[in-house]
Amino acid sequence: MEDRTTLNRQLAQMLKGGVIMDVTTPEQAKIAEAAGACAVMALERIPADIRAAGGVSRMSDPKMIRGIQEAVTIPVMAKCRIGHFAEAQILEAIEIDYIDESEVLSPADDVYHIDKRKFRVPFVCGAKDLGEALRRINEGATMIRTKGEPGTGDIIQAVRHMRLMQSEIRRLVSLNDDELYEAAKQLRVPFDLVQYVHENGKLPVVNFAAGGVATPADAAMMMQLGAEGVFVGSGIFKSGNPEKRAQAIVKAVTNYDNPAVLASLSEDLGEAMVGINESEIQLLMAERGK
Amino acid sequence: MKIAILALQGAFAEHEQMLRLLGVETTLIREHWEDVSGLIIPGGESTAMMRIMKDEGLFEPLRQAILDGLPVLGTCAGLIMLDRNHLNVMDITARRNAYGRQLGSFNTEADFEGIGRVPMTFIRAPYIEKAGPEVEILARIDGKSVAARQRNMLVTAFHPELTNDTRIHKLFLSMVARQNTCSEVAQLHV
Repeated sequence: MEDRTTLNRQLAQMLKGGVIMDVTTPEQAKIAEAAGACAVMALERIPADIRAAGGVSRMSDPKMIRGIQEAVTIPVMAKCRIGHFAEAQILEAIEIDYIDESEVLSPADDVYHIDKRKFRVPFVCGAKDLGEALRRINEGATMIRTKGEPGTGDIIQAVRHMRLMQSEIRRLVSLNDDELYEAAKQLRVPFDLVQYVHENGKLPVVNFAAGGVATPADAAMMMQLGAEGVFVGSGIFKSGNPEKRAQAIVKAVTNYDNPAVLASLSEDLGEAMVGINESEIQLLMAERGK
Repeated sequence: MKIAILALQGAFAEHEQMLRLLGVETTLIREHWEDVSGLIIPGGESTAMMRIMKDEGLFEPLRQAILDGLPVLGTCAGLIMLDRNHLNVMDITARRNAYGRQLGSFNTEADFEGIGRVPMTFIRAPYIEKAGPEVEILARIDGKSVAARQRNMLVTAFHPELTNDTRIHKLFLSMVARQNTCSEVAQLHV
């Protein structure tokens, strides 16, 4: 494997057990860093506001992203539209640490994802199931996350994606060697990726939970379901007490299997973000880019 | 011999795997620990780890254990955590993100004192900017110090746990073994 791909997968390994927070200003980025975030996602509007505003949503202003890069020492990520390789080139030019080719923004291409192998900066992509995850990895993604419905505060989709992916991984592990070729065909992915999952029982890259995480309990549940870390978008800065909630979610990811600690973390957090149920939303962002 | 690995955030599982490969018993620690012969502080984000460490009340106990002689290996963020500005146990000052952002991450191979050529993986890595007289520099890249030892403390700015080379971990285990023998001898003299 190419050196760069390995290094980019390894940066994701360093983020494990951590929380990546959406921030829109340098001040929010500092709050996130002080609360123990392992990285921040710089964007002009958090998903809940993107959803409320409607219209076409694009890559953030590079100047705004630079402001956040200057404010913190932890890795800074930013989103580009699915398939929008020119936005990705711009993000690479400002030396972003990770690009999220994200369904949260309006897709720029309804057929092709970005050829991520052409880039030196790493990419994280969303996936609802194993096939989607392996297709993104084949395109060069070096980190995967669930495609839970952004900006809703409803965890159900992220749970569905993580459960499905884990059960599909278990199924691949249980197959005979000669059944793997057919599995590769069904998943529409190269044989060597299927073989890797069969032999190792996991994706070849780090897998985070994303979308709808609003409470320490949400984060802990996703970790227990097999996530290696958590993205929190609107859940923090749309809540009553962002600082306290940010710290609580960080500690919940570290202590995800310790209910006593989780109980004390969940106390007095103030108001959680106002949620929207999956049945109440018009636009299912997870259906963008498959 | 049982080695504790600080499991607050970051690549602790990779160290666990490396030690298993070497047939060494490990325990992941988050709150308290008992009965361990050595400690590894892994790579990850040092600001995140410091924050959690303080909140969990681990800062002082860990610092005291290291000052009392517990052998410790710090890799990347682990190196930063042991320096003067963090746990303040080792007489070094780390420069964070010394090679820039992710585009500056790289692989190389360099001489390591007493071991020879070693593959080195640097991920948004630090280097050692200043080191006191008691600190022995073990590896340099372009004149910058990237590995060092002081008494019971061994640090690398790179990630030995991400390569197939077990020699740095073996060096640490030999420090642990020596420390254990010393304390047994000390007990005999009591």
